[in-house]
Amino acid sequence: MLMKVEEKKSPMRAPDPSEKHTLSVVVDNEPGVLARVIGLFSGRGYNIDSLTVSETQHDKHVSRITIVTTGAPMVIEQIKSQLARLVPVHRVADLTVGGAAIERELALVKLIGRGEARVEALRLAQAFAVKTVDATLESFVFEITGLTDEIDRFIDLMAALGKVEVSRTGIAAIARGAEGL
Amino acid sequence: MTREMTGAEMVVQALADHGVDTLFGYPGGAVLPIYDEIFQQEKVRHILVRHEQGAGHAAEGYARSTGKPGVCLVTSGPGATNIVTPLTDALMDSIPMVVITGQVATHLIGNDAFQECDTVGITRPCTKHNWLVKRIEDLPRILHEAFYVATSGRPGPVVVDIPKDIQFTRGVYTGPKNVVHKTYRPKVKGDLSAIHAAVELMAHAKRPVFYTGGGVINSGPAASQLLRELVRLTGFPITSTLMGLGAFPASDRQWLGMLGMHGTYEANLAMHDCDVMICVGARFDDRITGRLDAFSPNSKKIHIDIDPSSINKTVKVDVPIVGDVAHVLEDMVRLWRSEAHVADRKAQERWWSEIDGWRAKKSLAYQRRRDVIMPQYAVERLYALTRDKDVYVTTEVGQHQMWAAQFFKFEEPNRWMTSGGLGTMGYGLPAAIGVQLAHPGSLVVDIAGDASVLMTMQEMSTAAQYDLPIKIFILNNQYMGMVRQWQQLLHGNRLSHSYTEALPDFVKLADAYGCHGIRCEKPDELDDAIGEMISVKRPVLFDCRVANLANCFPMIPSGKGHNEMLLGEEVTDEDLADAIDDAGKMLV
Repeated sequence: MLMKVEEKKSPMRAPDPSEKHTLSVVVDNEPGVLARVIGLFSGRGYNIDSLTVSETQHDKHVSRITIVTTGAPMVIEQIKSQLARLVPVHRVADLTVGGAAIERELALVKLIGRGEARVEALRLAQAFAVKTVDATLESFVFEITGLTDEIDRFIDLMAALGKVEVSRTGIAAIARGAEGL
Repeated sequence: MTREMTGAEMVVQALADHGVDTLFGYPGGAVLPIYDEIFQQEKVRHILVRHEQGAGHAAEGYARSTGKPGVCLVTSGPGATNIVTPLTDALMDSIPMVVITGQVATHLIGNDAFQECDTVGITRPCTKHNWLVKRIEDLPRILHEAFYVATSGRPGPVVVDIPKDIQFTRGVYTGPKNVVHKTYRPKVKGDLSAIHAAVELMAHAKRPVFYTGGGVINSGPAASQLLRELVRLTGFPITSTLMGLGAFPASDRQWLGMLGMHGTYEANLAMHDCDVMICVGARFDDRITGRLDAFSPNSKKIHIDIDPSSINKTVKVDVPIVGDVAHVLEDMVRLWRSEAHVADRKAQERWWSEIDGWRAKKSLAYQRRRDVIMPQYAVERLYALTRDKDVYVTTEVGQHQMWAAQFFKFEEPNRWMTSGGLGTMGYGLPAAIGVQLAHPGSLVVDIAGDASVLMTMQEMSTAAQYDLPIKIFILNNQYMGMVRQWQQLLHGNRLSHSYTEALPDFVKLADAYGCHGIRCEKPDELDDAIGEMISVKRPVLFDCRVANLANCFPMIPSGKGHNEMLLGEEVTDEDLADAIDDAGKMLV
């Protein structure tokens, strides 16, 4: 017999809405540390929208990883504590919680084309305050720095003008104000 | 201490410096220099296993029964891959373990050399941390860090991968004193204001329950003592996960038995109906919670855990306390006392009488049979005949494991070694070896299943070599019992490959290993046979033939809540066939 005790009203949890968070993870720059972070995300099924990493304090072997991720609030909390318990992690900061942080991305955009399209591309590049870092008779390479959306828009415009190849860095971010990590 | 020596010497020296008395391992090309050092010393005893998985589980058994880290030494390539299962097992159950693996020489790494594998890559997700040592200068520090990381905070397994050339290289060894880790410093003291809030909540609880887990055991014997003190002070009922058995004495009136999928009716209903839940060192595992949205719907939840990532992982809690169980319980006991809290007596009486009503269901009851040994009866008799002894119990994984958890009563922590999180068949026999080595004069019994035990049976040879009188008590039903039970519940009783058609003759097998074999088929012969098993001072394989098709009850079918239990005495075949709906079938 299936034992059923009178069911009290249980609060069915509605699926929490997803949030986008930018996390700064300060790590000891030891071999495999990036693999640990990435493995954590893939192993536990978390999203990575963007990831950048570079050594920021050479003498102390400290690197900073910036991760943009999306998930329900409970999942974001989980991601932070999972990251924090990795042995080589010094600190995890949620820049999204700390108020509007500065976020920037850099892209190199190669446009291949001839004729009128080239002129238009240069005009647009000017409008976006984009640097032209390489030019041939059949191509330009533009360097654009800005918010992700801005870069997306620029690339869309370029794509309308010719064949486009793109290399992007992913987002680097830092909190505003005097307080540091 | 600072002295020049080779990398291999450093390994052995570091083991000795960290108080390691027993090392489980298997030699091979990439660890020969370390084995040569082991040969020339007497501080660390090396136990030669028959398979690296056996080394890992033996180390786990050693660790769980002593609270000290278990240590293994294996070679590169297959030596390392064979120990992946114990590493994962130890990670899931938070067992401190230090595994040293040999690696091909540094200049060969990445060349697909003989017996090369990417050990740190393979073991990264199944260790708390791991290291590949590329410079002799780093070796002493890494060895000391390995012990520190494995044993502090939430314990876990670590791997130190040492290339063969590093083992030969000479360098300066410094002892473990003053090793301060750069980044890893887990917090042991709980936040006092949170503890205050928890105590306040407990003081006003009308239907409280303690839900405790393996964290209490891992925190050390003091944690179990403090838990007992707090539970008695408050008068609250207490239940525990599989991993936490023994932290609170099972003979106590306040003990509700284990909770979860095969937990008691009273434990699960107390969890479902409580108004304040005090979770101490447990992690709201799916085997505990059942259907999440039906889990203890009306309670305020307090959660004590040393690992912040365990908090709010699956179940949202109201009062999280990050800290070591013993430290936090100490504060709780002190606050409860100093503020002269008394639980609401009237409400407690009502709560207990409700619980007694659930207890009266006798959810562990089963039909005894005269012609055939019921598996539950076998565990009951084993318990009755060993309870006055200094006994340690390990298990394999499956029905027998649940019956052992239900019917063997533990009074003390560190007496119960089982693979909880990973559910590793083949854990119990090598674990028993590790336990027996740590407690040479004690009675060590592996309550086993016929299928599980064959997975690491070769370790009987280890037991024989070192004269370890472990008792392998096999509940032999010729099935993978739990698999069969699930096939009955989920798959129209089509018993696909869950029957072992050609089991070995366990008595002859014992003989072949130079061990003692016993077979028992009749309930009225069981006591004598168990008596014989206890009195024999050699490793024993006990083939206990039990009812083939017994099911393990009570049970919360997958996808159901705590208040939807199947009780053995009342269940019909039809109930079994309908117990799990389509959504539940997706769950493991």
